[in-house]
Amino acid sequence: MANIIISENSKGLVFYLAKKDLEEQITHLEFNSADRWGGVIELGDGSRYVIDVLDAKPRLPISLRARRESETA
Amino acid sequence: MATTKAETQALIDEVLQVYPEKARKVRAKHVAPNDPSLEKSKGCITSNRKSLPGVMTVRGCAYAGSKGVVWGPIKDMIHISHGPVGCGQYSRAGRRNYYTGTTGVDSFGTLNFTSDFQEKDVVFGGDKKLVKLLEEANQLFPLVKGFSVQSECPIGLIGDDIEAVARKSTVDLGKPVIAVRCEGFRGVSQSLGHHIANDALRDHVLGNRDDEEFPTTPYDVAIIGDYNIGGDAWSSRILLEEIGLRVVAQWSGDGTLAEMERTTKVKLNLVHCYRSMNYISRFMEEKYEIPWMEYNFFGPSKTEESLRAIAARFDETIQAKAEEVIARYRAQWQPVIDKYKPRLAGKKVMLYVGGLRPRHVIGAYEDLGMEVIGAGYEFAHNDDYDRTLKDLKEATLLYDDASAYELEEFVKRLKPDLVGSGIKEKYVFHKMGVAFRQMHSWDYSGPYHGFDGFAIFARDMDMAVNSPVWSQLKAPWLADADAPEAAVVNG
Ligand code: SF4
Repeated sequence: MANIIISENSKGLVFYLAKKDLEEQITHLEFNSADRWGGVIELGDGSRYVIDVLDAKPRLPISLRARRESETA
Repeated sequence: MATTKAETQALIDEVLQVYPEKARKVRAKHVAPNDPSLEKSKGCITSNRKSLPGVMTVRGCAYAGSKGVVWGPIKDMIHISHGPVGCGQYSRAGRRNYYTGTTGVDSFGTLNFTSDFQEKDVVFGGDKKLVKLLEEANQLFPLVKGFSVQSECPIGLIGDDIEAVARKSTVDLGKPVIAVRCEGFRGVSQSLGHHIANDALRDHVLGNRDDEEFPTTPYDVAIIGDYNIGGDAWSSRILLEEIGLRVVAQWSGDGTLAEMERTTKVKLNLVHCYRSMNYISRFMEEKYEIPWMEYNFFGPSKTEESLRAIAARFDETIQAKAEEVIARYRAQWQPVIDKYKPRLAGKKVMLYVGGLRPRHVIGAYEDLGMEVIGAGYEFAHNDDYDRTLKDLKEATLLYDDASAYELEEFVKRLKPDLVGSGIKEKYVFHKMGVAFRQMHSWDYSGPYHGFDGFAIFARDMDMAVNSPVWSQLKAPWLADADAPEAAVVNG
């Protein structure tokens, strides 16, 4: 698990993992609707992370905990 | 210079040849020819790794990043170098963060406060001494607004509870006392010190005045990551004010505790040094919904570009004023370029500095017709290199956490007309007969930011590169000798 920040820019959602200075555009978010938000995140560099699914779209930017998809929860 | 990537790589391989195999492998990842087509530096250059033992790195420590860079310039606080005397004393006033105020009365920037640890403090702990020190300092300097306790290495090693002291003294003295866990051994460079310092500011400074009424305007901004080296923040602030913005806070050059506490009310954070203060900017973006943007006030091209980008975040009155300011200053900087460009055009520069300058000053050199042929950072991370690749030409030599040996060899081979780096490098290159400017402290000069600063920058570079001394390096009796190079190089 690692602390990440998800924010928004002109191209869409951005994923920022401070520990790795990884700042990548999110290419796909599993759930991205007003009442379900989160799940599997796909990044521009091909890596995949998972965040908890929230039951409302949060105000961005937001700090969250994420894990690599390969790690077990 | 039309070098190819293969040529640059060959040069790198040759220089790294002397290292034992294992070290060579590690260092090879940190030195690379530039590829401006890349969006991400990953795969091109590795950074923010532990320096190799035995390799002479020029990096600083976390304490330097916190006390020296981020906290030190806050002028109305006393920053205690907690631990042995040397860390603070040998770095005292070295960064040249200018401030207004009367030192020793209401400002304390250039004074060195230390708990001066002795053997007995290491054995029995220094918490009591710290309490006493805080009381004494508060009595001697009653106008001080607060204290930060900057831990040096031994504090973490002996396990002193400085947080408890800070909490208690905050109550006893009625002023904020902030413990900062920036022991020098943490992390790989001063960079972690910036982060720790940002976190301490976030936890103990930001938000202290959130409940306080404070008249705001739609044009409130904060300058983030400008340490007012030689007056840099001042020459930046002038421009921002002229385009109609109100600068509420300066982080942290010439800054005060109160203005930093009030930053949470601004409309936009303007980030100059991304490396040392992106953390707090991101935090304010999340908690207070304050957007932030990076800008660059080195050299007229970049300054104009940045002024327009900043103005674009505000309404038309600001945008119109920005154009006015840009037009007006053109009359000021054009003669500077006309004067110095013919003297400097075509000259080659190699840079090796800290967290933003290797990329930020490229434009200023290019405005003078100079070319940057090598650039590197002491303590940058991936995201800094991401931002650098595009600004440099294809195959430009990049070096991360370069050692003294590597720098010397690269300079010998690439033969730049000017090297820009720090005090530790300066005299080595002077003795090699290469012009040099300190690009950390501006060599006792400055400011270099903004249009006013550019005039000084141009003059300084001309003074260094075109100094008559460089033609006098050969001893007269060697004037006709065949191998003058060696005589110079061994100087
Ligand atoms: S590494 Fe430790 S002892 Fe050295 S200057 Fe930094 S804090 Fe002081």
